[in-house]
Amino acid sequence: MAYRLVTRTETSLRAQLLVPLAAIVLTLLAGSVLFSLLGKNPLAAFHAFFIEPLSTRYGIGEVLLKMGPLLLIAQGLAIGFRARVWNIGAEGQLLAGAMAASALALHFDTSESAWLLPAMVCVGTLAGAAWAGIAAWLRTAFNANEILVTFMLSSIALQLLYYLVSGPLRDPMGLNFPQSALFSDAAMFAPLLDNTRVNNSLFLALAASLLAWIFVQRSLSGYKLLIGGLAPQAARYAGFSEKKAVWLGLLIGGAAAGMAGVGEVAGPLGLLQRSISPGYGFAAIIVAFLGGLHPIGIVFAAFFMALIYVGGDMSLVSVGLPNSSATIFQGLLLVFYLACFLFANHRLQKVEIRH
Amino acid sequence: MLDSIVFLLAGTLAAATPLLFAAMGEAVVEKAGVLNLSIEGMMAVGAATGFAVATISGSYVSGFAMAAIGSAILSSIFAVLVLFFLANQVAAGLAVGILGLGFSVLIGKNHEGQTIKSLPDLELGWLSELPFVGGVLFSHDLMLYVAIGMIILVWWVLSHSRLGLIIRAVGESPDAASAIGYPVVLIRFLAILFGGAMAGLGGAYLTLSYTPLWAEGLVAGRGWIVVALVVFGMWRPLRIALGAYLFGAVSLLELFIQGQGFSIPSQLLSAMPYIITIVILVIMSRNPRLIRLNHPASLGQSWHRNA
Amino acid sequence: MSALLRLRGITKVYPAVVASDRIDLDIEPGEIHAILGENGAGKSTLMKLIYGVSQPDEGTIQWQGKTVHIRSPAQARQLGIGMVFQHFSLFESLTVAQNISLAVKGSIKQLSAQVEETGEKFGLPIKADTVVHSLSVGERQRVEIIRCILQNPKLLIMDEPTSVLPPQGVQQLFETLRKLRAEGCSILYISHKLEEIRQLCDTATILRAGKVVASTDPAEHSNESLANLMIGRTIDPPVHAPANTGTSNRLRVKSLSHVPTDPFGTVLKDISLHVSPGEIVGIAGVSGNGQNELMRLISGEELHTIDDAGELRINDTCVNRLNPLQRRTLGLGFVPEERLGRGAVPELSLSLNGLLTAYRHGLTRLGMIRFGAARDFARQCIAEHDVRCGGEQSLAGSLSGGNLQKFIVGREIALQPSLLVLSQPTWGLDVGAANNIRRALLQLRDSGAAVLVVSEELEELFEISDRLHVMFDGHLSPSLPTRGTSTTQIGRWMSGEFLQEAATGAENH
Repeated sequence: MAYRLVTRTETSLRAQLLVPLAAIVLTLLAGSVLFSLLGKNPLAAFHAFFIEPLSTRYGIGEVLLKMGPLLLIAQGLAIGFRARVWNIGAEGQLLAGAMAASALALHFDTSESAWLLPAMVCVGTLAGAAWAGIAAWLRTAFNANEILVTFMLSSIALQLLYYLVSGPLRDPMGLNFPQSALFSDAAMFAPLLDNTRVNNSLFLALAASLLAWIFVQRSLSGYKLLIGGLAPQAARYAGFSEKKAVWLGLLIGGAAAGMAGVGEVAGPLGLLQRSISPGYGFAAIIVAFLGGLHPIGIVFAAFFMALIYVGGDMSLVSVGLPNSSATIFQGLLLVFYLACFLFANHRLQKVEIRH
Repeated sequence: MLDSIVFLLAGTLAAATPLLFAAMGEAVVEKAGVLNLSIEGMMAVGAATGFAVATISGSYVSGFAMAAIGSAILSSIFAVLVLFFLANQVAAGLAVGILGLGFSVLIGKNHEGQTIKSLPDLELGWLSELPFVGGVLFSHDLMLYVAIGMIILVWWVLSHSRLGLIIRAVGESPDAASAIGYPVVLIRFLAILFGGAMAGLGGAYLTLSYTPLWAEGLVAGRGWIVVALVVFGMWRPLRIALGAYLFGAVSLLELFIQGQGFSIPSQLLSAMPYIITIVILVIMSRNPRLIRLNHPASLGQSWHRNA
Repeated sequence: MSALLRLRGITKVYPAVVASDRIDLDIEPGEIHAILGENGAGKSTLMKLIYGVSQPDEGTIQWQGKTVHIRSPAQARQLGIGMVFQHFSLFESLTVAQNISLAVKGSIKQLSAQVEETGEKFGLPIKADTVVHSLSVGERQRVEIIRCILQNPKLLIMDEPTSVLPPQGVQQLFETLRKLRAEGCSILYISHKLEEIRQLCDTATILRAGKVVASTDPAEHSNESLANLMIGRTIDPPVHAPANTGTSNRLRVKSLSHVPTDPFGTVLKDISLHVSPGEIVGIAGVSGNGQNELMRLISGEELHTIDDAGELRINDTCVNRLNPLQRRTLGLGFVPEERLGRGAVPELSLSLNGLLTAYRHGLTRLGMIRFGAARDFARQCIAEHDVRCGGEQSLAGSLSGGNLQKFIVGREIALQPSLLVLSQPTWGLDVGAANNIRRALLQLRDSGAAVLVVSEELEELFEISDRLHVMFDGHLSPSLPTRGTSTTQIGRWMSGEFLQEAATGAENH
């Protein structure tokens, strides 16, 4: 008896659902081996990772707080990824959004206008899109690889942030700490649940998910981007512009990341500082894949990834797991997802060999 | 003044060495038709493994050897993903890169912030005493010369040996190579392992000679600059090496300018390597025909044998 | 004397089809043995099994009397089996000698000498230090044959070797093959061209739907009786009535020159042609002479650059700077040579593939896709062109080549183009499917559309076109009316003779 890999002739919904679940199960298995090797009880570790965060109101709030930016960024990135536009610099676009919104908030630091926050959201979104737009321009005008450019732009954005918080935007009363003054209340998102840090910016992420679903599943533009990703030759044949796809893919991702950046500075942080994001921009890449680049899948993936983030912090305290376990978990998830993904498009067929 | 020029040039060679190791490895991988973006993570694993092993065993040789082996093991995960599970190479590179960064922290967790005595310079006798040249070229540790040896080796293998011909053939058309009987998957697997080992050596050079200390995030984007170097170098080892030395010089210039007390924001200097990477990338990529002529035709595409 | 190669009960099953069904085959030493069958009959599958590219699910292979399991091409070559592929397995960026050294032991220097020596002996002249991408398709075939010969094969497999040659080239190739036979090498000659097989081969094994239907001496048969064995049913070729041509031009190409972006592409030189309503214009020629580049320029997938000369007009509008979409709006329909990945997206359903070019025809509203309308459109294409599939939700990649092509042609025709351009419309299709497509094209012509067809198959062009051009080395010949032109003349032009005629014509003036 032997097996042969066969391309599926019809898409299988069951396979598409099973792939991420299998990836999660395999990650947990690999994780328990790893924890045992580190001399930790895997069950205690998993309890800390996946149960503890959800067993308190505060914990749930934290998970939702981290889910917001992950969801927002991943929805944006996924649209680009479907078109094979590889924006890996969402972290930098997030920072660009955070910096632009902060500049606005600090400039109008005495304002009580209800328009301040919406203006910050707009400015931050545009700044994120613009930062990604540099990569789109360099790719369409000079053919420069967007993977490398978006990554480099991320590193540049980080240096720009360091410069701003230690110079132009530093709090003059802040004893030379590299951070800005606190934002006024008008520049902050309102809390969503009492006694937690989660705020209204979560609705932005949910609304973006709905828009992403309409765009990806229903719109002609979404279809054109998909064709560009699946079969670039067919896109050219049909007359779908590749340049437009690159622009659209990068701008949407950048805008979403920029908006997420606003959510951070105008949410849990309330000021601009050296550290804005615990790697949301990179983790969102994993979220996008784990969600099957599908707007609905991404909602679940973002929740799961947020859980890993919060669980990682909690297990550090309660079980003494190293702080890198969250990163390793993220890496393992994507590795197993990519391995399992083969079976979304292929199936094993039994071959009987008679002699 | 002459002293500072000697210092700058000698420092350039040292700063370029980690990039050179990793870039020579990646050149071979890409020539075989595989795009491995996980260099950052592989260098991190090499850096942490090399440091930990050398600290514990007191042997540099074991440090470098285990760094190469550790990163090669990590790269084998990438190889399995793209060669057997036909995963998208960009996504697989990112996944393994993240995994590598996570593992590097775990491996180095007992050594965070520690330093080690730098790999000693070779005793080259009168050569090192030569004025100027001695200081620039002959006052370095062994691994720096090994890196130079690797440039020559990779250049020779790719352009003059039968093995290189096979690697290029596999990278240009895996179908054709398979049709005349070459084991495409095996060749690519070995190329990826070689790339991993080289990235590991590059990482270990950072922690055992260049800095020499271990801290989380110490690779600091070098892995991505390596990927860019291979593009600017148009997949030709000698040009890639030239690019690596150029980058060595840029990072040295940063220290030099700061030392001279110019009033340039330090953040601008820190951002310089990335800005320069983008600028060169733009200049080199403008001509699609040039890229098309040099770039391995099957780069980045999954392949499996149809049975 | 025992057979060189003996196949017994060879069976190979693919997901949808039984590609080889209990095949028995004996090849004697020193014979040229034809495998005859129409496209899709299982010829290529059988070759892959013999050459070790894939393994049979059942049955035995005996080589020189011993049972063997051929697991890889390398093992096949060790046994003494060589193969010349229909789509060449050469590396474009390497030289001839480097390519050969990948398969044959020896230094580049030794091999270079051997290549040129062997080339001379067998009538296959080639320079060993040329980079392959600069060679014509025919020359590439020579390189492949030399590469095989240098490995001293006892059996040489040739897969449709004449599809890349002009008619004179075919005779040269036959000479080469006869010389090889005289040296004791057996040749397995795969083809669907009856005349060639009758001329060249000692034995013919005829395949139909994966089964052996006959093994016979082809010289004892007429083309008709071979065709009957091969197809197993009678098929009427489409009726080709004289065209009712209008006077305007739907497509006009004026003195077009173009350097393609692809550095390995063919440079187009001073090309002029026009297509009028109600006629089918054919472009003959061995592939790789600039047909692809011309097609891309007409479709708009590659743009005419400022450095290029000449003009392209569709329905009297200059389209030099227009993208494919804008050209479609002017009435262009286009069927590309590659079906998977260019004409259709294999991972998507037929209904989403219909959308690819038909979305402007009422399948969207306010930027949103009307999925119901898209399904109806696909269903209509399926019904009108007899596309065999599981329905409009089947993935394009799951259809056979012929059925997918019928869908693509059907889609383009359904958009009612005033100008339809097709590249290799029936390549790889069985006779039935090919005839369906040819009939559809004639019908489109009779309804007043202009049609331009590029094809390697001369018979096909003679069957459907009203005027014929020939393409050679980036040049396009003047057109000839198909009625009253002989295949011999077109054949001569296919090796570039029209250029000399033009030159002497110019001198005479």
